[in-house]
Amino acid sequence: MSGANDGRTLKFHILKYDPQQGGDKPRMVTYEVKEAPGMTIFIALNEIRETQDRALQFDFVCRAGICGSCGMVINGKPDLACRTLTAKFKKPEITLLPLPAFDLIGDLSVNTGSYTRAMSERVRTWIHDEEGKQVDLNELEERMDPDLADEIYELDRCIECGCCISACATKRMRDGFLGAMGFMKVARFAVDSRDKRSDSDWYEVIGNDDGVFGCMSLMGCEDNCPKDLPHQTKIAYLRRKMVGAAR
Amino acid sequence: MKTVFADSLIIGGGLAGLRTAIATRTRGLDTIVLSLIPAKRSHSAAAQGGMQGSLAATIKGEGDNENVHFADTVKGSDWGCDQQVARMFANTAPKAVRELATWGVPWTRVRRGPRQVVINAERVTITEKDDNHGLISARDFGGTRKWRTCYTADGTGHTMLYAVDNKAIEFGIAVHERKEAIALIHDGSTCYGAVVRDLITGELIAYVARATTIATGGYGRLYAISTNSVISEGMGTAIALETGVASLGNMEAVQFHPTAIVPVGILTTEGCRGDGGLLKDKDGYRFMPDYEPGKKELASRDVVSRRMTEHMRKGKGVASPYGDHLWLDITLLGKEHIEKNLREVKEICEYFLGIDPVKEYIPVRPTQHYSMGGIRTKPTGESRQLSGLFAAGEVSCWDMHGFNRLGGNSVAETIVAGMIVGEYVADYCERSSVDIPTSVVRAFVMREEAAITEIIGRSGEDPYELKREMQQIMMEKVGIFRMGSDLQEAVDGLRGLLLRSRNITVRNKARHSNPELVEAIRVPKMIKLALTVACGALARTESRGAHAREDYPERNDRDWLNRTLSWWKDEKDDLPVLEYENLDVMSMEMPPGTRGYGKANMIAHPDTEKRVKQIEEIKESMPNADRFEVQRAIMPYDLPEKYQGKNERVGVGFE
Ligand SMILES: Cc1cc2nc3c(=O)[nH]c(=O)nc-3n(C[C@H](O)[C@H](O)[C@H](O)COP(=O)(O)OP(=O)(O)OC[C@H]3O[C@@H](n4cnc5c(N)ncnc54)[C@H](O)[C@@H]3O)c2cc1C
Ligand code: SF4
Ligand code: SF4
Ligand code: FES
Repeated sequence: MSGANDGRTLKFHILKYDPQQGGDKPRMVTYEVKEAPGMTIFIALNEIRETQDRALQFDFVCRAGICGSCGMVINGKPDLACRTLTAKFKKPEITLLPLPAFDLIGDLSVNTGSYTRAMSERVRTWIHDEEGKQVDLNELEERMDPDLADEIYELDRCIECGCCISACATKRMRDGFLGAMGFMKVARFAVDSRDKRSDSDWYEVIGNDDGVFGCMSLMGCEDNCPKDLPHQTKIAYLRRKMVGAAR
Repeated sequence: MKTVFADSLIIGGGLAGLRTAIATRTRGLDTIVLSLIPAKRSHSAAAQGGMQGSLAATIKGEGDNENVHFADTVKGSDWGCDQQVARMFANTAPKAVRELATWGVPWTRVRRGPRQVVINAERVTITEKDDNHGLISARDFGGTRKWRTCYTADGTGHTMLYAVDNKAIEFGIAVHERKEAIALIHDGSTCYGAVVRDLITGELIAYVARATTIATGGYGRLYAISTNSVISEGMGTAIALETGVASLGNMEAVQFHPTAIVPVGILTTEGCRGDGGLLKDKDGYRFMPDYEPGKKELASRDVVSRRMTEHMRKGKGVASPYGDHLWLDITLLGKEHIEKNLREVKEICEYFLGIDPVKEYIPVRPTQHYSMGGIRTKPTGESRQLSGLFAAGEVSCWDMHGFNRLGGNSVAETIVAGMIVGEYVADYCERSSVDIPTSVVRAFVMREEAAITEIIGRSGEDPYELKREMQQIMMEKVGIFRMGSDLQEAVDGLRGLLLRSRNITVRNKARHSNPELVEAIRVPKMIKLALTVACGALARTESRGAHAREDYPERNDRDWLNRTLSWWKDEKDDLPVLEYENLDVMSMEMPPGTRGYGKANMIAHPDTEKRVKQIEEIKESMPNADRFEVQRAIMPYDLPEKYQGKNERVGVGFE
């Protein structure tokens, strides 16, 4: 509830573009909003829509930094708009662009859903275990080492917001590049003892230039991940694993 | 007219919808899921604290089983629930937790040996058994006699939703995203699917199916401040209401969660208190033991929320520009515990409040949180009036929660309902013919098309303004404590808004992706729902669970042991029609009694004593029977065969 900057007038410079409207061209539009204590970009954008521009498009669902809907480029950095307080910016100017690398629906709204579904199908983001399918649900569950459960959870925290994909230089150059979101999924399932896929199975998925060998390790992903996933260590780990699998 | 066909149409891609879809897909049926947003972003992802299932693997869960879970659920509901449904649920919940384990949920596991926990503001050491090492653990939650809430740190809903959605992807289930069902297609006795608006192109599409399941979640956003996601606007409930045929149940049963942050209303999980967090007032004084010496901070939610409100009314709240609040103190849990098990809470405090909960108190107050009411169904999940229409999850009133839901019972319900209702949906699809009258379908699509054209064409009322006024009325007059006079004002005010909403329009005239048009379609529906809540609350002259009437403080089993049903019989009506469905004491397994927390202030039902005696006699007549046989003799219930099995627990086997 930082109220340090009460009373400022904020200038929002927002990319407006409706690809479905014949003749419309991308352009920047500026809106002025009076800053209120505790104001987030979620609050500001809704106010703009209600009072200034009924056509303005953006996506929020949880408004609590949990669901990954609201990724956008905020003053140059991909981040979750719902949990970004306007007070965080010393200058009262906030530029908002839609996340690049995803299909644009309109203004700040992009289609992450079609992307993540395709990513899930490519990585096959589910437990692969033929025997598991026969489990009797009435019986005691299979045991798991408590530390392993914690370790899986750490990697399972990805909210598929797409910030890492938007910040990735390789992705910009290679459209087919799997990207950090996909790598984090691979890392998550590879560490899970319930998933019986072997290194050579994983090699099929990421053992190439569209996979982990294409990564330039510039860590745009880790720097921009709102959930602080351990990209650097995990990508390095996957690369070692794949080099091993290639031998 | 674009038409899409399916056997099983599921409206909603949260936990309940996806699990139902998996059930019908597994039975070989062509299954399509509709969702406003990518499925993994559904509100279910926001559940933090956990999922109840009586696995009894932690030492503090020892002795837990279906009977205890059932009893807690019935008490929690203030005897308003359908006890057969609560039984179906309690028996299936352990299987649901275990199934999710095989699907990838990284449940927090039991670790052998001693560990420190905080119970009643004191650090105590509990020692987990060697034998239980690696089994699924559980934490304490409000209103439960055992530690029964299975969890993954405080990201339980997220890990569950990801596991279930990934499973749906494995099965190749189509999820049609950014689609909104805006009307059900029916002929007065059978439902044939839905009219769906594509939120990108604006196109109307007829989704025609043998069975339609609504799994659209709650209606929390009828209130100005809610812990719910911004899309929890009750649209599935509303389109069922607008059939004029299907009834809603107990719409006035709305839960307020004790600890949402001020001012924005984002939740801090009940796990904070379950793990030992305390509520404190402006003097830093822990007040709950004064009101609830037994369960203290961990009485059921309706009770804690009311006690907090009472305490603030005594002038003990902390003043702020956004009104009074109280403090949630989790500092005593320590940095390590908070960073590991309450990490989302920590992030929320940092980002939205700029505080560190390891060192500072969190400003909280009771906030709208859960919708117990919803589409009234049979225990199979099917509407009692429209065949082929089913409901599962928070949207439904089958009715597991009565007038108050226990923490951790909702995500458990979504999965369990998906498992059970999914089987009944599949049975229905297998029985039903494919004979779907295209003229009926066409008429519904044309009606919706015309309504949208009218909204765009006319000049009139502003959707945002109507919505704001509705949300304000609900906040001020249909809240935690309710009064006849306020409720009457609410009904009158909402009725005025309803009349105005018939003239709703938009400034932005685009037919395709147009957020204002989305509002203009939804707001009149939301106002109708708000009226079912307000009218139900006004008519119910007693207090039960979350419905607390200051002018009728007692729970009145004699006159009100029933379920409110509401209909919108005619489009031109400006109020819902209410009827009541009695709960039959003589067939209850647990006749009405006291909850053991909250004020015991009741008027008894005339049958209660008789039933208590009868149950005693049944028990005495079978001295050698086990608990399952006794249960069956007292209150038999149905379940799909695959979920009837007994549940194994460590140390006690299948007993
Ligand atoms: C902050 C928070 C924390 C919680 N924590 C817990 C907890 O710890 N334990 C617990 O048991 N419960 C918890 N709950 C409650 C629980 O999360 C929800 O009750 C539950 O997840 C609801 O799931 P659902 O599948 O019924 O609906 P939702 O997850 O809300 O899904 C609804 C789906 O319907 C779709 N939809 C809606 N309308 C339409 C339409 N018209 N057309 C097409 N699609 C539509 C949406 O896109 C979405 O996919 C919590 C709730 C909140 C608010
Ligand atoms: S890895 Fe991080 S940045 Fe990338 S999608 Fe997941 S949460 Fe977002
Ligand atoms: S480290 Fe690799 S995945 Fe991450 S941003 Fe750079 S190139 Fe992309
Ligand atoms: S709206 Fe869910 S993360 Fe921002």
